Amino acid sequence: MLSHFMHYPTSLFGEMSRLQREMDHLFGGLATPASIRATHWGTFPAVNVGQTRDRVEISVFLPGTRAESIALSFQDGLLTLAGERETEVPDRSDGVEVYLQERFRGPFKRSIALPEDIDAERIAAQYRNGILQIQAPKRESRDPHRIEVR
Amino acid sequence: MSDKSTETASREAKLGTAPVMAPPVDVYEDDSGILLFADMPGVSKESLSIRVDGDTLLIEGDIEGALGAEAEPAYAEVRGAHYRRSFSLSRELAKDRIDAVLKDGVLRVQIPKAQSTQPRRIEVRVG
Repeated sequence: MLSHFMHYPTSLFGEMSRLQREMDHLFGGLATPASIRATHWGTFPAVNVGQTRDRVEISVFLPGTRAESIALSFQDGLLTLAGERETEVPDRSDGVEVYLQERFRGPFKRSIALPEDIDAERIAAQYRNGILQIQAPKRESRDPHRIEVR
Repeated sequence: MSDKSTETASREAKLGTAPVMAPPVDVYEDDSGILLFADMPGVSKESLSIRVDGDTLLIEGDIEGALGAEAEPAYAEVRGAHYRRSFSLSRELAKDRIDAVLKDGVLRVQIPKAQSTQPRRIEVRVG
């Protein structure tokens, strides 16, 4: 039964009834533990944070955002990401009707707390297919200093 | 957690299906046809699929690079690995002339209306 609702088509020319939109959102939320559509406008962009032994990896879901317009900074253990997401919107004067407008547009800003031992000089970021990938390497830890007892 | 959701989760694990997410879309219509935008970050041309099946337009894509393979997830707001959403197309639309462009995780689909449905000018001859 769950799969039936996942394939529920959205009619492009039909009436966008509130009930249909609510069901879409509700079952979208049920079918997925965390769906991009479920994030509030205040939490765009969505992020995933992971750790390996020697670095923290962050994936920021930022579709259609020019890489040059993303401001990424790191201070006092806080990684901050800010920018503006623009979307193409047809010129309304041409008698354009809007059926759906769900995508986020406008300025965004998010901060992520990173562990204390991040090497700020070596943080790197790449933008590909709408995801900003960030690697924050940890400072190389020295092996425990062995103290000889005489 | 209820028994039913544990069942669903273990069945999904057996089928190898990761959670599917519906991408947010903007849809506009004017005299010439439909313009649809879908946010599908993480999808590349290779993993994108657009199909018309009868009167249904289906867009889907696998998400790549959501998190490095070796990384241990600490905090994940996006746990799905796949986008999917379908739309029913009215008969006025020319399904064989769909134009689609994918750039930076944004899919732009343009579907013109079939020629015969656009207002046709009728010439009046003076007899």
